[in-house]
Amino acid sequence: MSAIAAPPTLSIDGIAVPINGERNLLELIRKTDIDLPTFCYHSDLSVYGACRLCIVDIAGRGIQGACSTAPEPGLVVRTQTEEIREIRKISVELLLANHERECTTCSKSASCQLQDVARRLGINKVRFKAVHEPAEVDRSSPSVTRDPNKCVLCGDCVRFCSEIQGIGAIDFAHRGHDVAVLPAFGNGLGEGECINCGQCAAVCPTGALTPRQEIDEVWKALVDPTKTVVAQIAPAVRIALGELFGMQPGESTRGQMVAALKRLGFKYVYDTAFAADLTVIEESNEFLARKSKAGKLPLFTSCCPAWVKFAEQYFPELLPNLSTCKSPQQMLGALVKELLPQELGVAKKNLVMVSIMPCTAKKFEAKRPEFAHEGVAEVDHVLTTQELARMIEEAGLRFMKLQPESFDMPMGFKTGAGVIFGNSGGVSEAVLRYASEKVTGRKLTNPDIHAVRGEDGLRIVEVPVGDITLKLGIVHGLKNARTLAEKARHGNCDLDIIEVMACPGGCIGGAGQPVSRNPDIRKLRTRGLYDVDKNMELHKSQENHFVTECYQRHLGEIGGRNAHRLLHTHYQNRRRIAGESIELGDGDSAEKLCVNVCTGTTCFLKGSQHILHELLDQVEQEQLHEKVSIHASFCFEQCSHGPTVSVDGKNVPSCTPEAAKNAILQAISEKVP
Amino acid sequence: MRSKSDPECNGRKFVKIFTILEKYERNPSRLVPILQAVQEEYRYLPREVLTYVATALNISPARVFGVATFYSHFATEPRGKHVIRLCNGTACHVKDSIPILEVIRKRLKLEGKKITTDDMMFTVETVACLGACGLAPVVVVNEDVHGEMTPANGLELVEAIIAQELS
Repeated sequence: MSAIAAPPTLSIDGIAVPINGERNLLELIRKTDIDLPTFCYHSDLSVYGACRLCIVDIAGRGIQGACSTAPEPGLVVRTQTEEIREIRKISVELLLANHERECTTCSKSASCQLQDVARRLGINKVRFKAVHEPAEVDRSSPSVTRDPNKCVLCGDCVRFCSEIQGIGAIDFAHRGHDVAVLPAFGNGLGEGECINCGQCAAVCPTGALTPRQEIDEVWKALVDPTKTVVAQIAPAVRIALGELFGMQPGESTRGQMVAALKRLGFKYVYDTAFAADLTVIEESNEFLARKSKAGKLPLFTSCCPAWVKFAEQYFPELLPNLSTCKSPQQMLGALVKELLPQELGVAKKNLVMVSIMPCTAKKFEAKRPEFAHEGVAEVDHVLTTQELARMIEEAGLRFMKLQPESFDMPMGFKTGAGVIFGNSGGVSEAVLRYASEKVTGRKLTNPDIHAVRGEDGLRIVEVPVGDITLKLGIVHGLKNARTLAEKARHGNCDLDIIEVMACPGGCIGGAGQPVSRNPDIRKLRTRGLYDVDKNMELHKSQENHFVTECYQRHLGEIGGRNAHRLLHTHYQNRRRIAGESIELGDGDSAEKLCVNVCTGTTCFLKGSQHILHELLDQVEQEQLHEKVSIHASFCFEQCSHGPTVSVDGKNVPSCTPEAAKNAILQAISEKVP
Repeated sequence: MRSKSDPECNGRKFVKIFTILEKYERNPSRLVPILQAVQEEYRYLPREVLTYVATALNISPARVFGVATFYSHFATEPRGKHVIRLCNGTACHVKDSIPILEVIRKRLKLEGKKITTDDMMFTVETVACLGACGLAPVVVVNEDVHGEMTPANGLELVEAIIAQELS
């Protein structure tokens, strides 16, 4: 018997450390329980090597970045020398010099890595003068506030947005001393492609990108005697809120959380998981109907508002594949605004619905025009987990000592199926728990469907349900979603359901959750939610008798007219960049027939430039300069029917060069009788 | 916002972008030569055109904007009819290029970050080095290189263009 060869080693601060496939020295050093400071290293992202804080001294090689050096047998590495200490200090001092050091008024204070590193390295004076001129804070996004004065140019946000979400809404612009992380053309974050997932803020080591705060608006409503304020709490909040009060990630704080909200002045506290149970029933039936009637498949889930905006921007032709179900947040909001005014005798405008979410995109979702009816929004304010913790602290509540209280009925009642919505794979599992009983007519004895659980960003699983096998795609991270959506766009996707969540691990990894540097955070929170499910009495949405009652008393038939009015929605085509059009004719177009050719992404892919080309030729050949002016426009938001050409304000959908020419000739003949 | 009847934005030129993109096979790694060719047509890089280029190359507009703003050769704002580039590389700087810049900017009423005159006649910018250090200080007016300049003959160059434009 041969002995198993011992792994090769290298020396870190005099200790021999085995190399076991670590990608870089930093990973290896961390395994020896040394937490080298760094801003720009994230294990999920590519190595950037910009912050120069994880530098080490390697014998024979000098000072190197640990993150960008491969572990090699025999290396002699030192993590602390006088020279390294000096360099690290100067690096941080230089960063601090140009950083707006208004820590006391910064919402990242206490979770700021720059603050933490400065403290750890004992920086007690900044010897350099700032050379940056103050730049304006960007508040154009409903989800994320961007303060360029606090940016340290580590590029974490840029890499997350392009590498994990596949978007690239922000990037480095300008050069040298003027370098800044900016959305395209220096526009506001709210004006472009940003899908509001907020992960840029989650990875930002400073206060340059932070979730937008709505605390003041909520306090105002709470102290206003004319208002009745109602809360709903998403599943993922309960297993993370405790982290900000010294508890372990994944530990449920449900009772204290409800008690705290009551003490803050919320009249009723409902559970978004109740609406998740509703979603399961509506969405499962929508799916089964599509499956049996050869409807549009794969069915994409629609709970994640970041994904919905992503689909609207990049995959307009797949919008019919999106479930028409509203997200649980909006379902609960719609029900509350429908039912409570009558029940409580309060005017609709005096009923304030506040949702507590792990998510920044929910702030955007609540403000979508589809979700306001006669000027009344279904959800008025969205607070993140972080904001709720702030409010609890501000009120001085001793969170851990609060007597646990329970959710208000009926909309505080849920099954485990509604709770696991917060995990990637959770929606799929909840739908399968419902669909399998519905299809087979037999009781599902063990509700756990482990096949759909997991950490990978893209999972394809097959689950037998009765006589058929359902094929599911489960993704988190929108770059993965893009992979599957591209396949669906080209018609080579044989999946039945595709569950999409934008954030790593699903909602438990949302950008509204407490900022954590614990590498196991996702695992712990995921387990926390499954444990909550395990400890509950009911695990299937169809067992939620309050949901059944809700159908009987208010909604009527599943998927029926009233259910559709309250629980379903529609989607819109969306341009990527705030729009502008270029006039291609020669000026003064007042008297002319105005022809607009869309050259936005989708129309471009469908050949709009060919149409534009042909039309310009036509104008030249037939000498129509006097009569026609041709413009290139950057999106009519009619993408699903592209390419679009508008002639004198009338759209010609699915346009061809011939159709456009005919429309122009017809319009000219109508104009000149 | 809308770029109104800008004579530089006529249809032929826009169509030219298709040709440019085809020439470079819509290859994102050829972004810089594509932008150079586009700027050749438009004299600057209009936002709409950058968005279009980004779409065609399947990269994000923010990245294209990043590249366009990295190189000082690229302009993201419309430039004047006459572009005056004054070298402020080391050689030109030590040979007093700044006073030349100052008199030209003063004559054209340009201040602070404003580099283009209101009538869109002149754009005045500095460049890091034109590689003509032997002629320092150097001023380039459109395509013509003028060496061993002084504030006085810098001003003369400007006056000559103004006179020519008025005639």
